[in-house]
Amino acid sequence: MKIIKSLRTAPPTAWFGFVVVTIYLIVAIFAPLIAPYGEREIVGDEYVAWDSQFIFGTDALGRDMFTRLVFGARNTVGIAFVTTVLAFVVGAVFGLLAAVVGGWLDQLLSRTVDVLMAIPSLIFKLLLLTIFGTSVVNMVLIIALIDSTRVYRLARSVAMNIVVMDYIEAARLRGERLPRLIIREILPNAMAPLVAEFGLRFCFVFLAISALSFLGLGIQPPTADWGSMVRENASLISFGDITPLLPAAAIALLTVAVNFIVDWMLHRASGLKD
Amino acid sequence: MGSVWKMVAHRLGLGLLTMFVISILIFGAIELLPGDLAEEILGQSATPETVAAFRKEIGLDKPPVTRYVEWLGNVVQGNLGRSLANGREISELIGSRLPNTLFLALYATVLAVPIALTLGILAALYRNTLFDRLINITTLTSISFPEFFLAYLLIFFLAQTGLFPSMSNIGPKMGLSGKIYNTFLPALTLTFVVTAHMMRMTRAAIVNLLASPYIEMAKLKGVSPLWVIVRHALPNAFAPIINVVALNLAYLITGVVVVEVVFVYPGLGQLMVDSVSKRDITVVQAVSLIFACAYILLNLTADVLSTLSNPRLIHKR
Amino acid sequence: MTGPQNLLEIKNLCIEGRSGTSWSNIVNGIDLTLERGEVIGLIGESGAGKSTIGLAAMGFARDGCRISDGTILFDGIDLRAASVSARRKLRGNRIAYVAQSAAASFNPAYKLIDQYCEGPVLHGSMERDKAESDAIELYRRMQLPSPDEIGFRYPHQVSGGQLQRAMTAMAMACRPDLIVFDEPTTALDVTTQIEVLSAIRDIVGQFNTAAIYITHDLAVVAQMADRIKVLLRGEEVEESDTKTMLKTPKEEYTKSLWAVRTYARPEHPLQSTQETPVLSVENVSASYGDLQVLFDASFDIHRRQTVAVVGESGSGKSTAARVISGLLPPETGTVKFEGERLPPEYKRRSKNQLRQIQMIYQMADTALNPKHRIRELIGRPAELYLGLRGKALEERVRELLSLIELEPDEYIDRMPSELSGGQKQRIGIARALAAEPQVIICDEVTSALDQLVAEGILKLLDQIQDKFGLAYMFITHDLATVRSIADEVVVMKEGRVVETGPKTKMFTPPHHPYTELLLSSVPEMDASWLDRLLESRANKNVEK
Repeated sequence: MKIIKSLRTAPPTAWFGFVVVTIYLIVAIFAPLIAPYGEREIVGDEYVAWDSQFIFGTDALGRDMFTRLVFGARNTVGIAFVTTVLAFVVGAVFGLLAAVVGGWLDQLLSRTVDVLMAIPSLIFKLLLLTIFGTSVVNMVLIIALIDSTRVYRLARSVAMNIVVMDYIEAARLRGERLPRLIIREILPNAMAPLVAEFGLRFCFVFLAISALSFLGLGIQPPTADWGSMVRENASLISFGDITPLLPAAAIALLTVAVNFIVDWMLHRASGLKD
Repeated sequence: MGSVWKMVAHRLGLGLLTMFVISILIFGAIELLPGDLAEEILGQSATPETVAAFRKEIGLDKPPVTRYVEWLGNVVQGNLGRSLANGREISELIGSRLPNTLFLALYATVLAVPIALTLGILAALYRNTLFDRLINITTLTSISFPEFFLAYLLIFFLAQTGLFPSMSNIGPKMGLSGKIYNTFLPALTLTFVVTAHMMRMTRAAIVNLLASPYIEMAKLKGVSPLWVIVRHALPNAFAPIINVVALNLAYLITGVVVVEVVFVYPGLGQLMVDSVSKRDITVVQAVSLIFACAYILLNLTADVLSTLSNPRLIHKR
Repeated sequence: MTGPQNLLEIKNLCIEGRSGTSWSNIVNGIDLTLERGEVIGLIGESGAGKSTIGLAAMGFARDGCRISDGTILFDGIDLRAASVSARRKLRGNRIAYVAQSAAASFNPAYKLIDQYCEGPVLHGSMERDKAESDAIELYRRMQLPSPDEIGFRYPHQVSGGQLQRAMTAMAMACRPDLIVFDEPTTALDVTTQIEVLSAIRDIVGQFNTAAIYITHDLAVVAQMADRIKVLLRGEEVEESDTKTMLKTPKEEYTKSLWAVRTYARPEHPLQSTQETPVLSVENVSASYGDLQVLFDASFDIHRRQTVAVVGESGSGKSTAARVISGLLPPETGTVKFEGERLPPEYKRRSKNQLRQIQMIYQMADTALNPKHRIRELIGRPAELYLGLRGKALEERVRELLSLIELEPDEYIDRMPSELSGGQKQRIGIARALAAEPQVIICDEVTSALDQLVAEGILKLLDQIQDKFGLAYMFITHDLATVRSIADEVVVMKEGRVVETGPKTKMFTPPHHPYTELLLSSVPEMDASWLDRLLESRANKNVEK
């Protein structure tokens, strides 16, 4: 209700964000209905130029670019979403726990996270991928693990600010147990920053997956994926063909959209305070 | 004064400890391999005898702690071991590439930091104006772009026309101006990404301070708006700004990986990616260690500098 | 521009404040005139628009505010029509400002003297070295300790009372015609307040500077101002010279403000000294880390009694409450409830033990979970401790709401953000009552509230005490509150209990020296109080 009400006053950038995200969702859900061909189907010659049959031409193996773009929405965005949810749940749960319980648990978790965060994230991901091998499942787990440390930091600091409030002290003195303390007393007050963090985290994860796929270390062919599509067709750029920019633009557009929404939400949250 | 140096010493000690833990982590990573290094190198077909012999040869039969101490001792002396893929000395592989990567990162830094700080201060000064909103949208968009998208966009618009080379071939004999010209596009790509981040954070750090009562006081003393920011807000924003710059320089370290691949730039990132696809674990290990150390050093420097910029800490009661 | 002319002449001033996208009036048609050398006091409760008017006298509006109508003439210059740079030339130069929190209003990055010199150098009235020696001279006149040296310290190295005086000196740097004092002593302890008040009054007198003195404290304004203007919600209630205003206020609102200070509840004499106290604190010492904050403190609280724990900031009075509630386990000593030793840590206490001692907090804003409805806020203790569910719980919540004089139907489903400050504090009371405790710890419960609202809360607490026979531990720094509600008084200083005893004994001499200092420092509603006090203190020093 409140969201719908405040949407009316949302700036055009936020509106743009919502429209784009909705379109991506529709494309991802109805991909098989929208795409003219099969995801991995070879339908023509290699590198066919844009025409009425293949609106964005074909790729190096003669697969329809448009079809693969559509399926990419499902694969790339879907995998990024699952990874984000994983990272978020792990990070948020531990972050909240650390803030509320404090003491040795907080020390243990925070110092561990400090160490994990002392290695640049992309480098750490590459190292772990080398050890465990490049597969989608490994990638999802590795990215989720590493990004959960960032979520942990944020969730902990947000919760720390809430934990010092008198109403939490009152709840503790009342004798409330830990689960209720976290779920009923803290979580409702941490929702706004956590939701924003989810959006931001999605962007980071999405970009990370795309980067890994682009480097050939993420989602593997023949699965249609935007990062690897850029890689596979990159050579066309030097011939002045913008086709390989399409999947890259698809990635950029979604990230921009999500960022616009998050920006508006953060702005709104900070505006409500004063 | 004494207590500040105590804090600095404390931070340095902590940094050293972190590096130590990281080295254990990176060394220990190999131990996590499903088989071990010997099986990994010799492959499935090797007989148990050959594997055992090879283990002995590369010292895998010794307990992990001994191997770690030996490995660390070698690393400290600059001996990083050999590549699994081609048997070359890793220090040799890295030796030629590390300066290239540092050059690129430095290049981007020199471009990005002044632009970002100036734009950040201007956006804070003219906050909530059209200019501010425009900058907000532009930087938000720029942050959202994958690096390879920016890189290919630049190639498409600037290299297509033949203005700049899309392949950044640089050799040791090339002069500085040639290097600067040849690596302009990768440096520009990195600049775009980093500037946006840095500028937004600079603006936020300053705007945050502008709500302080002492800023209102300065205005009520008749200080002009620009001077309020330069003289009253900026000195107090040093700590956050130093952290912003460090954070982004650290980001550059990882950002170079993708950009080096796009522009076929002979740096560490390129080496890392090649080694990962070949599962050349010893090389990946060494490069990770270098990146991690650089990252920790940067953050450490930022920490120490921002401590030193805080009058409350320098001038104790 | 010759002849007698008012220094400041404000006519029909209207200021709007932005809430969301719409603008609403926060100051409505205020007239104000000020002659050279005259001090006017602006008084009112929060939201009266005092600070906004004070800033408007400098032609300044905060972010989110705008001056929408009226004229502001300063020495013949129309501040609204003047150019931005012309206004800037006046600020800090001919009109200066002294803010409420000196600690926050000095730039932490510069030494005090650098900040002093900024104004004179900027406005071209003095060279840097001249300004420096001038600063030292003014620090001396403001009776700051070691005036030659204090300016070369950073703000965080100087105490609050000294900073406030340094800020007044800084305001004087360009010898302005007018200074706006915005609640300069509100954040200070009473004993520090005296020094600042007298220093301000002296210097304003010496330089014959006109001043607008903004405060919510009547007794303070009585010492400082020649004339008083009473404000309510951005409008003027009345204005007259200080003596008349104190003796014969015309308007009902002003009279009600004046009356607050006279509220007193009948004392509850202690039935018998033999009875076991509900709560006793015995030889408690406690520390935060290495810093010991409580030294061997002991006092008792009896049924139906209100024990006021008085002291200035840092006296350890709130720490005592934390020890009792079990948040801060003491290093030595015990807390007993009805003669039985309570486990030092709240986590070890039984549900019933927790239920018996309830807290009401100073800031009702942070004491109520902003995401819970009143129903849950009040209902939860009843549900947790007394096992009430469904209809019985709803009944109980409604009963409690009626008790705190809030209409149940209207309030039961509200969020805390939909309540006023006083209403929130009432909910805090209801929440404590819901547990059906024996003891309620009230931690500065009225200090964040306006006087009229605070009075309502005190009366409510009294009624409840009579009805349920509760014992209160009432932590406060305000002696007027002590006078009106306490049975027993515990005076604390720097972590030690200085004096305990019944209120009547406490307020009749002879006093413990510290109690004496505290009592005499409380401003009285008498324009000559400060003079008399300073005189008597000076005499005492001579005797010594």
